[in-house]
Amino acid sequence: MYLKSKRRSLVMGAVIVSGMLMAEPGFAQEDTIKVGVLHSLSGTMAISETTLKDVMLMLIEEQNKKGGLLGKKLEAVVVDPASDWPLFAEKARELISVHGVAAVFGCWTSVSRKSVLPVFEELNSLLFYPVQYEGEESQRNVFYTGAAPNQQAIPAVDYLMNEEGVERWVLAGTDYVYPQTTNKILQAYLESKGVAPEDIMVNYTPFGHSDWQTIVTDIKNFGSAGKKTAVVSTINGDANVPFYKELANQGIKAEDIPVVAFSVGEEELAGIDTGPLVGHLAAWNYFQSVESEANAEFIETWHAFTGDESRVTNDPMEAHYIGFNMWVKAVEKAGTTDPDAVIDAIVGVSVPNLSGGYSTMMPNHHITKPVLIGEIQDDGQFEIVWETPGLVVGDEWSDYLPDSKDLIADWRAPLSCGNFNVATGKCGGKGIN
Amino acid sequence: MILRALWMLLLPLLLLPGVARGQDAPLGEIIARFANVEKFDQTEALVRELGATGDPGVRPVLEALAEGNLYVRKVDNAIFIVPGSGKVLKLIDPLTGEEADEASSSALKKVRVNNGLRRLIRDVLSTLTLGAKSAEARMAAADTMFANPDPAMIEALDAAIEAESDPAVKLRMERARAAAVVLSDLPESDKIAAIELLGSLGDRSVLSLLATVEANADGDLQRAAADAIAEIRSVLAAWDAAQNVWFGISLGSVLLLAAIGLAITFGVMGVINMAHGEMVMVGAYTTFVVQGAVHAFAPALQEWSLAFALPLAFLVAGAIGVAIERGIIRFLYGRPLETLLATWGVSLVLQQAVRMIFGPSNREVGNPSWMSGSFEIGQMVITWNRLWIVAFSLGVFVLLLFVFNRTSWGLHMRAVTQNRRMASSMGIRTPWVDAFTFGLGSGIAGIAGVALSQVGNVSPNLGQSYIIDSFMVVVFGGVGNLWGTLLGAFSLGIANKFLEPYAGAVLGKIIVLVLIILFIQKRPRGLFALKGRAVEA
Repeated sequence: MYLKSKRRSLVMGAVIVSGMLMAEPGFAQEDTIKVGVLHSLSGTMAISETTLKDVMLMLIEEQNKKGGLLGKKLEAVVVDPASDWPLFAEKARELISVHGVAAVFGCWTSVSRKSVLPVFEELNSLLFYPVQYEGEESQRNVFYTGAAPNQQAIPAVDYLMNEEGVERWVLAGTDYVYPQTTNKILQAYLESKGVAPEDIMVNYTPFGHSDWQTIVTDIKNFGSAGKKTAVVSTINGDANVPFYKELANQGIKAEDIPVVAFSVGEEELAGIDTGPLVGHLAAWNYFQSVESEANAEFIETWHAFTGDESRVTNDPMEAHYIGFNMWVKAVEKAGTTDPDAVIDAIVGVSVPNLSGGYSTMMPNHHITKPVLIGEIQDDGQFEIVWETPGLVVGDEWSDYLPDSKDLIADWRAPLSCGNFNVATGKCGGKGIN
Repeated sequence: MILRALWMLLLPLLLLPGVARGQDAPLGEIIARFANVEKFDQTEALVRELGATGDPGVRPVLEALAEGNLYVRKVDNAIFIVPGSGKVLKLIDPLTGEEADEASSSALKKVRVNNGLRRLIRDVLSTLTLGAKSAEARMAAADTMFANPDPAMIEALDAAIEAESDPAVKLRMERARAAAVVLSDLPESDKIAAIELLGSLGDRSVLSLLATVEANADGDLQRAAADAIAEIRSVLAAWDAAQNVWFGISLGSVLLLAAIGLAITFGVMGVINMAHGEMVMVGAYTTFVVQGAVHAFAPALQEWSLAFALPLAFLVAGAIGVAIERGIIRFLYGRPLETLLATWGVSLVLQQAVRMIFGPSNREVGNPSWMSGSFEIGQMVITWNRLWIVAFSLGVFVLLLFVFNRTSWGLHMRAVTQNRRMASSMGIRTPWVDAFTFGLGSGIAGIAGVALSQVGNVSPNLGQSYIIDSFMVVVFGGVGNLWGTLLGAFSLGIANKFLEPYAGAVLGKIIVLVLIILFIQKRPRGLFALKGRAVEA
């Protein structure tokens, strides 16, 4: 008996857990417009992506309070691709063909985006991708609301070079496509600015690397050559906490060797004691500490929605905010949710961003954004120390890589091409389009 | 340059306390101007101006500014030092250092600083603090001067060296002086003496300075510089090797901690426990909860929260382990594939449960102060948290060895693993021994989690990152032998760290993996193979 009830409770537990994993908002009613949310809620990437699911639910709820879209209510369809890249493609297909969503907001890693691209092309739907990425891509069905390298990496390096007088560079990253491409672009950029190759140290580590002793010592030794040194970090996700802990413990201060990170935001700092990290930098297009009315309102809504005053906001959340409002505006402009009509209508659409200005969707399906550099404070927030004077247009094909510098993307008729080669005058220079 | 010359004149005066105090009035005026700064270069100009007064009274203001504790009161634009944080803040007068008032945080505006400013403040302060009371401040001042050597500082340094009583600080001051001498117009013999001093210190940071001397000088001077560089290089090579061994030991201790619980469940019992990593995670989350509770109920004991977390983590993880063994694994003995799948399922359930209770993002587990920072032995840096973890992992190992070899419980455990039926006939209750052994393995994984929360992430994925390494260590070391696990962990750690500088972290890991595969081909039972009948059982 004892045994049986034990076994039964175990089964019950399993049922409850799996039930929660598959939870999807109720059955569809006829007069709603469905919006797909494709973010991992379990697995490695859940750490970053769960928040984005929450922010999408909040944005949809807010839009419904304002009366919905085209006279209909919006309905979120949440699926869990479980940090499994092939599953992303399957779940995307399910969202589009089974649920018939009008647009999908989702993906985080470049691998997951690459895995869903063919699905969106084949079924002709829309994907809004909210994360900074390596560029070298422009797709008709995808809207890139995160930063391209020239909207994050290059201004950050400029800041260090001009304001902090950095002459020696460590490019440290996790070993996958985003850091590798970004570092390739940065290396070419630095060399074009006259930095000698021996003043650049490139270092890659595996995902989730936890033993940083050797690398931090190497960085320290590299920085003891008498020239001002900085670390440009494209280290991803979980590996950051032990990296910063090791920096702090080995006594590397931001005044001596500043670290500028492209993947560390408010959310990631939540897991670290930021006391010893004050002064290290991050480059983003948005910080929670931005002073603007739109941002104050956004944070207030977010706290009310989550019921938790300590939840932070971050850059990819702002990207979803911008992307969602752009989609809403484009649908209103087109008068329909038909993907082709929306793709035509959305180019040139301008919506307020959270830093007090307006962001515009460009013909290359990237958006205009300000670039902000922030220093980590001891309360886990960033203090903005520098920002670009105006908005920066996302440059999908980097000007600093030899095989992509002649390429442009323009999805307006008559060009309608994601990789037009201006040197040969032909569409289809590089990539999969 | 003019500024530096001014220092030279002022410094000897500053070193005599009580002489040459600036007047308070202009200082207050300069400080008051912080209220109107909008850009960093304005703040920078003010900092320089404050430094130029040469008044030691500017120290508290500059230190507060560097730490981000300098605030402007919005109503009357008055400047205050505000230490600490919270809703109601104490305001301290920047000149007198006395408590002036209280204000709410919304009534204050912070004077913003960036890295460049913090650096400038440090430089300005260093010249002011060469004669400071605390040895630490004098040492920092000497180091800053060494980093920016300037011949104009030689006299000031001479005076300071004369007055210095602490030998460590004196050495740093001499180093700074030597660096300045090398760049000065002093006679060649002085310079050569300075170069020899720098060379004998064997310090990496003088290499670039000496390299410039070598490139620009000729004759004896160049030869002296070249000799010094060669001397430093040879000293550094030895230290680098020592440093690598230490890094290897410290990585090995982390591997040992993660693997030692598995050495019991997999090694001794033969259960392939894929949920082992999750036991480590449970231990880490227990630490997080305990730290939160201690913070809430007994803030005075904050520093020792890890001591409370250890037994609790052992109990929580151990209890879960016993539950898993009683609930699932005992039905699956002798069916390794099913055990593997079932425990993997358990690991997913535990991960998702933690994700639902604590949320998917990282949780902050603080380091107590005795586990933060580092100390130096020669040219080698040793961080306190790593040192403690090495000591802790060895402690756990010795404790387990004792339990296994010196207690009756350990005897039962060994008996059951070696010959279950015989042990059973001798009156040992084998099911209970199984449950407790599994509980012990899980509990040890739990306390490993407490230690690992000090070096890594506390997230639902914590366990996954250790499970493969753990299996690698146990298989390499030899299944069923604790000594094998110890040796396996440390040799893998050291091999990894010696490969890393040459091959990089990614390739280094791959090479280690390939080496293990080759080794297992040659010796399928690992480093320490159990011999005799036990193997066949």
